[in-house]
Amino acid sequence: MKFLNNLTFGQYVPADSPVHSLDPRCKILAVPVVLTGIFMAGHVAAFAAWAGLLAALAWYSRLPFRLVLNSAKPVLILVAFTALIHIFFTDGTPILKLGFVTITREGVAAAAQMGLRLLLLVLFASFLTLTTKPMELSDGLERLFSPLVRFGFPAHELAMMMTIALRFIPTLLTETDRIMKAQLARGASFDRGSLWKRLKAFIPVLIPLFVIVFQRAEELATAMEARCYRGGEGRTRMRPLRWSGRDTAALAATVAVVVALAAGERSLLP
Amino acid sequence: MSITVEALCHTYHPGTPLETRALDDVSLQCGRGEWLSIVGHTGSGKSTLAQHLNGILFPDSGTVSVDGMQVVEKSPNMRDIRRAVGLVFQYPEQQLFAEDVMEELSFAPTNWGVQSDRIAPLASAALSMVGLDDSYLARSPLNLSGGEKRKIAIASVLAGEPSYLVLDEPTAGLDSWSRRELTDLLARLKKEGTGIILVTHDLDIALNLSDSILMLDRGRSAAFGAPSEIMRYLVANSVPGLRLPDIAALSAAIGRSDPAAPLTWDRAELKRWIKARETGGRRP
Repeated sequence: MKFLNNLTFGQYVPADSPVHSLDPRCKILAVPVVLTGIFMAGHVAAFAAWAGLLAALAWYSRLPFRLVLNSAKPVLILVAFTALIHIFFTDGTPILKLGFVTITREGVAAAAQMGLRLLLLVLFASFLTLTTKPMELSDGLERLFSPLVRFGFPAHELAMMMTIALRFIPTLLTETDRIMKAQLARGASFDRGSLWKRLKAFIPVLIPLFVIVFQRAEELATAMEARCYRGGEGRTRMRPLRWSGRDTAALAATVAVVVALAAGERSLLP
Repeated sequence: MSITVEALCHTYHPGTPLETRALDDVSLQCGRGEWLSIVGHTGSGKSTLAQHLNGILFPDSGTVSVDGMQVVEKSPNMRDIRRAVGLVFQYPEQQLFAEDVMEELSFAPTNWGVQSDRIAPLASAALSMVGLDDSYLARSPLNLSGGEKRKIAIASVLAGEPSYLVLDEPTAGLDSWSRRELTDLLARLKKEGTGIILVTHDLDIALNLSDSILMLDRGRSAAFGAPSEIMRYLVANSVPGLRLPDIAALSAAIGRSDPAAPLTWDRAELKRWIKARETGGRRP
């Protein structure tokens, strides 16, 4: 029986690479830049260039290419759905007619364009979580949002909440797995009967899980208070983030590539 | 009529970087009315083995059978197997979910399809086995003390009338009095014909109460035999994470200087021998 141990989407994959060691703020800022670039791409050649860059980035990050591709799995349905809508609902020169459905040349083109665009967006964005530890990520976000603190924006609190939530996902999956097994041993069955019956079978799993979650939250709060945690004000860090020349260079290179690709597509291709 | 495991192997997350061999070529046998203890260090595969005994996990190779029924995925007998083998997980009080104790105790019998007029007597019999009276039936299991919760959780498995009871570290976190109550209950169940399989790292309980002991070391079977054989093995070999109980260690230490000393974990037996030696020694 396979329980919940197949969750790998967007998880951090440790490796010793130049991309891994970049400042998280650099990577967070690079993502919207790259996404803008992909949104501006329209020509097949531009997509091919982006795909090439994706492969190069995977190689440079020392990540197996297959693992990177895997992170697109959860959105494949969305991609397929978007592409289908474009195929069926774009006006233009008909190339195929089936009853009341018409497929146009423009429709196919738009579908391919949107599908590729979405896929590339997700794949590039996944590099952020694949190469950055969750802790670094929330540290980076906190620092990026820290100028807003004077306007009352809870940057530290949000970052802390994110860290705790990420930290507890695997723990809760383990707990769920354990409780499901325990109820299975007492004769519960989760995969038989009507939909209603199956939903009801999860009550004996959800209630203990809720109890455990609240217990853990309370224990965590006590432990944090026992260590004099009072929020972000005046708090120092053990590992302060350091923005180095490499980060500036990486970000500048990203901007340069995006501008060059966009300009090149505009001037060289019809 | 017994639980038989032969050459069981189990690997977690096969084919991924997390691949770990949890059990490697493990065999055991436990009949009804027998007490088998599975001892070993943390991470030795004890819990994994326990979960194979009623079809929560399945072997990669090797066989598990319960009263002659093969425990395999999609076995038509899966309900009978799970019903025959009651499994009490570690910290079982965390599985409690019902509004009152009565509902909690009827969960297993209801799932096994026991007739509704038979469920109430089963529930109150299970409750009295763990030493609680019927006044608990209407209370919420979540408002009980830790020890009472553990008892309710164990009773909720007993209410399913299992022929074998597998318990994973049931004494963890209990005070010595509750621990004694629990081992007394298990001894009584054994006498009444239930097969007891106890997963524990408490060698004191294992040596004193078991008919046989299986010792696991990093997923492999280090030794399997009667308590006296296991004790001899432990005196001769050190197994990581397992320490002889004080009396046993003392008798082994005496044995090293006086080969006539008995190798025992029984306080009374050792005391008798020391007394006899003292009086014997004083004689001219």
